[in-house]
Amino acid sequence: MKEFDELLFNEEFRYTEEHEWVSVGGAELMVGISDYAQDQLGDIVFVEMPEVGATFARGEQFGTLESVKAVSELYLPVGGEVVAVNEALGDSPELINQDPYGAWIVKIKPSDTAELEQLLNAESYRNMLRG
Amino acid sequence: MRYLPHTDEEIRDMLAVIRRGSLDELFCSVPDSCRYEGEMPLPPAMDEWQLTEHMEILAAAMAVDDKARVLIGAGSYHHHIPETIRAIISRGELLTAYTPYQPEMAQGTLQGIYEYQTLTSRLLGMDVANASIYDGASAMAEALLMGLRVAKKKTRVAVSAAVHPHYRQVARSYLAPTGYELVELPVGPDGRTDPALLSSLGDVAAVAIQSPNFFGVIEDLEGLASLVHDAGALLIAVFSEPLAYGLLKSPGACGADIACGEGQSFGMPRSLGGAALGMFACRNEFVRNMPGRLVGQTKDLEGKRGFVLTLSTREQHIRREKATSNICSNQGICTLIASMYMASLGASGLAELARLNHSKAEYLKSGLRVAGAKVVFSAPTFNEFVVEFPGDFRPAYQRLLERKIVAGLELGRFYAEHAGRYLFCVTETTDRKTLDAIVAEVNS
Amino acid sequence: MSAVTIPGASGIIQNEPLLWEKGGKGRRGMCVPASDVPVAELPAALCRDELDFPELSEVDVVRHYTRLSQWNFGVDSGMYPLGSCTMKYNPKINEKVAATPALAAAHPMLPDELVQGSLQVMYELQSYLAAITGLPAVTLQPAAGAHGELTGMLIFAAWHKSRDSRRTKILIPDTAHGTNPASAALCGFKPVPIRSGPEGILEVAAVEAAMDEETAGIMITNPNTLGLFETRIREIAEIVHAKGGLVYGDGANMNAVMGIIDARRCGVDVLHLNLHKTFSTPHGGGGPGAGPLCVSEELARFLPAPRAVRDGELYRLDWGGPDSVGRVHAFHGNVSVLLRAYAYIRTMGPANLKKASQLAVLNAAYIKERLKGTLPLAYDRPCMHECVFSDALLQEHKVTTLDVAKRLIDCGYHPPTIYFPLVVHGAIMIEPTETECKADIDQFIAVLEQIVGEAAENPELLRQAPLRTKVRRLDETLAARQPCLCGS
Ligand SMILES: Cc1ncc(COP(=O)(O)O)c(C=O)c1O
Repeated sequence: MKEFDELLFNEEFRYTEEHEWVSVGGAELMVGISDYAQDQLGDIVFVEMPEVGATFARGEQFGTLESVKAVSELYLPVGGEVVAVNEALGDSPELINQDPYGAWIVKIKPSDTAELEQLLNAESYRNMLRG
Repeated sequence: MRYLPHTDEEIRDMLAVIRRGSLDELFCSVPDSCRYEGEMPLPPAMDEWQLTEHMEILAAAMAVDDKARVLIGAGSYHHHIPETIRAIISRGELLTAYTPYQPEMAQGTLQGIYEYQTLTSRLLGMDVANASIYDGASAMAEALLMGLRVAKKKTRVAVSAAVHPHYRQVARSYLAPTGYELVELPVGPDGRTDPALLSSLGDVAAVAIQSPNFFGVIEDLEGLASLVHDAGALLIAVFSEPLAYGLLKSPGACGADIACGEGQSFGMPRSLGGAALGMFACRNEFVRNMPGRLVGQTKDLEGKRGFVLTLSTREQHIRREKATSNICSNQGICTLIASMYMASLGASGLAELARLNHSKAEYLKSGLRVAGAKVVFSAPTFNEFVVEFPGDFRPAYQRLLERKIVAGLELGRFYAEHAGRYLFCVTETTDRKTLDAIVAEVNS
Repeated sequence: MSAVTIPGASGIIQNEPLLWEKGGKGRRGMCVPASDVPVAELPAALCRDELDFPELSEVDVVRHYTRLSQWNFGVDSGMYPLGSCTMKYNPKINEKVAATPALAAAHPMLPDELVQGSLQVMYELQSYLAAITGLPAVTLQPAAGAHGELTGMLIFAAWHKSRDSRRTKILIPDTAHGTNPASAALCGFKPVPIRSGPEGILEVAAVEAAMDEETAGIMITNPNTLGLFETRIREIAEIVHAKGGLVYGDGANMNAVMGIIDARRCGVDVLHLNLHKTFSTPHGGGGPGAGPLCVSEELARFLPAPRAVRDGELYRLDWGGPDSVGRVHAFHGNVSVLLRAYAYIRTMGPANLKKASQLAVLNAAYIKERLKGTLPLAYDRPCMHECVFSDALLQEHKVTTLDVAKRLIDCGYHPPTIYFPLVVHGAIMIEPTETECKADIDQFIAVLEQIVGEAAENPELLRQAPLRTKVRRLDETLAARQPCLCGS
């Protein structure tokens, strides 16, 4: 497992306390999990994704990630409609381990961008992890 | 006591290390109010020879013993078991191991289960089989629950009335507290599930059809499959006599989505109904909704082929209340017995044995027909069939019983409308002489 | 290395292909009797294409499975201290008893008077299990512990329904085995986790705070999966009962307390036993087991039917009444396993069963005491049949619990249960059972001490282990990412 100073962060993104990230700006937002989350989970073997068109409220579960011996639930950082799922993860879930900030899981059309304001920025997420 | 190795001296030494004065003191954390009062009221210990004698007395109390000819199947079948199975299965390395949590020291168990999964998938025409469920009944109950999981929003399942009555009872027990509804599909006059109701079923998640069914009748699985799929449901093909698939078109080839049932016929004694084997297989797309353990092939550090338990995130030890099932211990060694049996017969042997079962059953069927009995159902049967005798069959049944022949199973207990009718089963273990004797008794 | 004798050594490990990679068309490994009747045909439309099965001779089959068995390790091979699984010696006479020809041939649908021997075994076993637990009514149908739990939860649901009380939740301690919440969920109960206290056992206050009128009851494993006796069980049971709930006892760990505790006096209403653990039946590489369920007099009417009863000189099946939760097994459960447990209880008698529990606890307590300087104990309290260590020390050497387990394999032992219970970091859960003698336990302790020494001095030895097995560490990630569950 990584030491704290080995962890990567994307300074542009917003984060949840459950370690999801969401991109900022544009009509469609990407959602994924942080480097810390993928490192904790270990080799990801399966990603369960929602159907395109499904809508979720902020904080609602929209999928799961599985490693060999653990399951982690995915919660949506901001409410909205799923407009795309990352099909590449179906065959290659390891993309999340390799590039957690490139391997988005879903794209959403947010119902209320104001919800973004309630999320952590990279700095506060880092502080949260540091404890 | 020969299983307890400690000498008094060793006990003293060990107690000294842990600073306890006596064995009783080990239980200092147990409050008095929880304690067992007095000695457990159990019979005194027997030595090996006394136990052997005692078992002989119990065996002698069996009016129908292993020498009798029992022409009953109904979910538990008498087939010959080769001596190789007894010999191999008694090997302690296989028998006294547990669930292969440490794959490097359980490759025997794991490869054995992988082979079982493969042969089972091929027999049933499915993509993947699991490492077993308890028995045919719980396998069907699990399949119905799986159907409901796959369908997500639906709350009803349908089961043919020609499915083994006990399997249906178990399904009802499992579903009772869940709020899911189980509807029964009636049986037509030919002994097959009546397809008429299927189109008007409405929103069912899955439909369970047994073939050969409880009456021995081979269902038109293919025809049913398209109706079930048109209704937007999954087809669960159930069986209690897997030997039939040595001859019959596989459930998968007929369009079933899940195939499950009892595997006792493949090398396990009847033993009053257990321990045997719940077989469970499905199409690939449903694998993550499957209950039970799965063994998968992989590679070791050096690239060598090996086997591990896999897709465990479905299971209770990881997903707890969200698991696809609560099953932990399964029927383990029985999967090895079944695959040894299937492999020993091979493709041609399984077909030949199945044909022999069918031919013998047909021989008795036509004999009884000539003797005046009516074969109740017109559809083709495998090694079981239902007959109705012109008069009261009970005196003949009694006379045959005195000759240690159990002539069928009276159906009134299971189906009021079939009271007085008998379900017969004939396997390779019954010779022609016995079949002729039954026919002669009906004639007399 | 030289100071301790390590049972592990490499023997002859033969290669063996998969079944369908050997044999030859036309071979046969089993007789099919010659036909003495005319051949009957089935309609071609019902018949299958040729089956893709291997064809093997009898020697092919015997060698195949003999070689497979040599890659395996069982209790007969050596010490198997797998916590929570009670891997005790499986007596050989039990196998003969289970194979008693007249009993093994018994058809489950025969009328009672034709199978008196089988019914007598069932009846007597029911009464023995009642005597051992203190709970008078018993069903033998459940095929494993989890199946017993499910049956118990069906009874919880039926009992509440009979009293018109609608309850949706159930209390389950965080140390519980995964089958507990899974079984409860199958019956529509939502598990409410209860944290165990700093001593590793349930605290009365935690249960009091969580128990309410929407909660069906509690599931308690006692001794719990940390190997500790739940000393407050009676008070907890009183709280649950006072709020209209029931107490389920997971009796998987009964091997610690036979003849020592009375489940009824503990306040337990429903309890399952694992015959494949406590009562010495072999685990068969995963099963079959048996998980009979014992209940109080009050709940007897809810048990699955049929059960064996005695009517004067005759044994018969009783088909239950309208309150029964129904069947949970196609027939009578895993009867061949029941026969083995019957043989064990008859062989042991009451005094030896109690002695077995005492020695099981003695062995665990001895290991705990001797190893607690070597590995950190999760809870330093009097243990029952097993003791649990954490990986706190191993972490310093950047060695994992898994590495220790794999090194134990090279040394000739089956590893303990690892990473369970979940409340202990990197848990190492050791259950020696009573059938291991002092010398073997001393040797096991010495080997573990040696391995912990190696963790500091030569951690690579642990990380590379096992080296002496048929295969090295297997790629579980590959297995899960690209599932290959069926041979081609
Ligand atoms: C504490 C506990 N409860 C329940 C079970 C489940 O028993 P089974 O595997 O027989 O279903 C186990 C099995 O490992 C256990 O250890």
